[in-house]
Amino acid sequence: MKLVTAIIKPHKLDDVKAALEAFGIQGMTVSEASGYGRQRGHTEVYRGAEYTVDLVPKVRLEILVDDLDATSVVDVVVKSATTGRIGDGKVWTTPVDDVVRVRTAEHGADAL
Amino acid sequence: MDTGATAWVLTSASLVLLMTPGLALFYGGMVRAKSVLNMLMMSFGAAALVGVLWVMYGYSIAFGDDMGAGLLGNPAQYLGLAGLMEDTTTEAGGLPAMAFVGFQAVFAILTVALISGAVADRMKFSSWMLFAGLWATLVYFPVAHWVFDFSNDSGHVGGWIANNLGAIDFAGGTAVHINAGVAALVLALIVGKRRGFGREPMRPHNLPTVMLGAGLLWFGWFGFNAGSALGANNTASVAWVNTLVATCAAILGWLLVERFRDGHATSLGGASGAVAGLVAITPACGALSPFGSIVLGAVAGVLCALAVGLKYRFGYDDSLDVVGVHLVGGLVGTIGVGFLATSNAPAGVDGLFFGGGFASLGDQVIAALAVMVYSAVVTAVIALVIKAVMGLRVSDEDEASGIDQSQHAEAGYDFVTLGGGGSAARQSGAEARAPHLDVRSERTSEGVGA
Repeated sequence: MKLVTAIIKPHKLDDVKAALEAFGIQGMTVSEASGYGRQRGHTEVYRGAEYTVDLVPKVRLEILVDDLDATSVVDVVVKSATTGRIGDGKVWTTPVDDVVRVRTAEHGADAL
Repeated sequence: MDTGATAWVLTSASLVLLMTPGLALFYGGMVRAKSVLNMLMMSFGAAALVGVLWVMYGYSIAFGDDMGAGLLGNPAQYLGLAGLMEDTTTEAGGLPAMAFVGFQAVFAILTVALISGAVADRMKFSSWMLFAGLWATLVYFPVAHWVFDFSNDSGHVGGWIANNLGAIDFAGGTAVHINAGVAALVLALIVGKRRGFGREPMRPHNLPTVMLGAGLLWFGWFGFNAGSALGANNTASVAWVNTLVATCAAILGWLLVERFRDGHATSLGGASGAVAGLVAITPACGALSPFGSIVLGAVAGVLCALAVGLKYRFGYDDSLDVVGVHLVGGLVGTIGVGFLATSNAPAGVDGLFFGGGFASLGDQVIAALAVMVYSAVVTAVIALVIKAVMGLRVSDEDEASGIDQSQHAEAGYDFVTLGGGGSAARQSGAEARAPHLDVRSERTSEGVGA
């Protein structure tokens, strides 16, 4: 199994969710995050004083998938999250040893 | 009794009282989330203390018979408002003394609260309260006597700016705004900068609150200015319209500066411009034409928008720009009267632009300078004495973790979503249920106290 983690622009969340549902993904975890990459932050001005805001709001998506689906899921996320502009985010996968569904105690692929 | 005038003055007093909570919100939204409660409490604390002092001896110092040279009223004359409950109005007219006492009380409260914006995030609450009491007693009450206490036919002798100098200060440009602005500058210098001033971002944590506060200030300010006519009459009406339109022009002026200098017209600029315009029109609202008020407001909006940058150039941490808005706005208004006043207005003489020459302008400058020097010197003495006796600041650690926790043991906002934020500690007055709870609550109170 693999964990697909995606950091995307907040306003693309609905597009990504819809694309993943269309692909057949059953669930995901979404959290608000903040950070920066090469894009850096933005500037705000208060009474003429400029502040650089480094950390930009982002959304973090986490999806557990079967090994066979991992590449396709990453493709789906990348396609649906892209705007072509700087700051679109990143997607990565990490191997997962085991998954347990709490209600039934099923293990592995059955728990996905 | 003039019931119309009495009704209007009591209404105005209530409007002006609302300005202090409005100011608290205006300031409170501008600080970081960790110090919002302390910011609000400095205004509420000043209101409570100055209200009591005003009744005890403040009114008497400001409006008692002059003790010499127009500098100080007799503090013993109306001690505890003695003798003022009796109705001394005639059938033909007059305002009950208590209506005037109340109207002037809320001016004193607001003036002290204005200063708090300069020392956001870092001043011990106990030191602030002591400062508020001493400053009201030694600076505001005497200066209110100078500016607001007019002599009358029945033998009362008032203050020197109002009577001997004859400078125009309709509702308190000198006594309130220049006075508080200078005190704010001096106090900010003596208290010192916030940790990380100029390096760390210190963004306003809640701009809608700032806008709400500015709205309440604007609303209450109609009582401040139009109420200062002390009657429901033409003067009050002219002051009302001038107060409206100068504020509008100042907002436009401030926003235009921002648009051209910074690229965006900001909400903080809109709120600040409103206050700058209100400050500037305060001394002038009875002496200008509505058109003159537009000019004055626009000038105040532009100059104050430029002046708030001075603290970075000169390195003083006037945190919420009391100097840039109240001192500069107060000077624009007080000196602007010397240029823009017209004898066509109900409480005006001709200024420089209306053929009045330099006489009025000179009087205005003398009044402003006198208040600035007196306020600066006495504020410095008060602040240095408190600093030597009990200190002015919270510890660096308390400042970094947030003054709300260290001074008030509260948090302005509950950000905790998991676990409900801990367990209930012992309630005061209730007996402890278990020994281990006792230990725990003691530890908690050590952590947040001192």
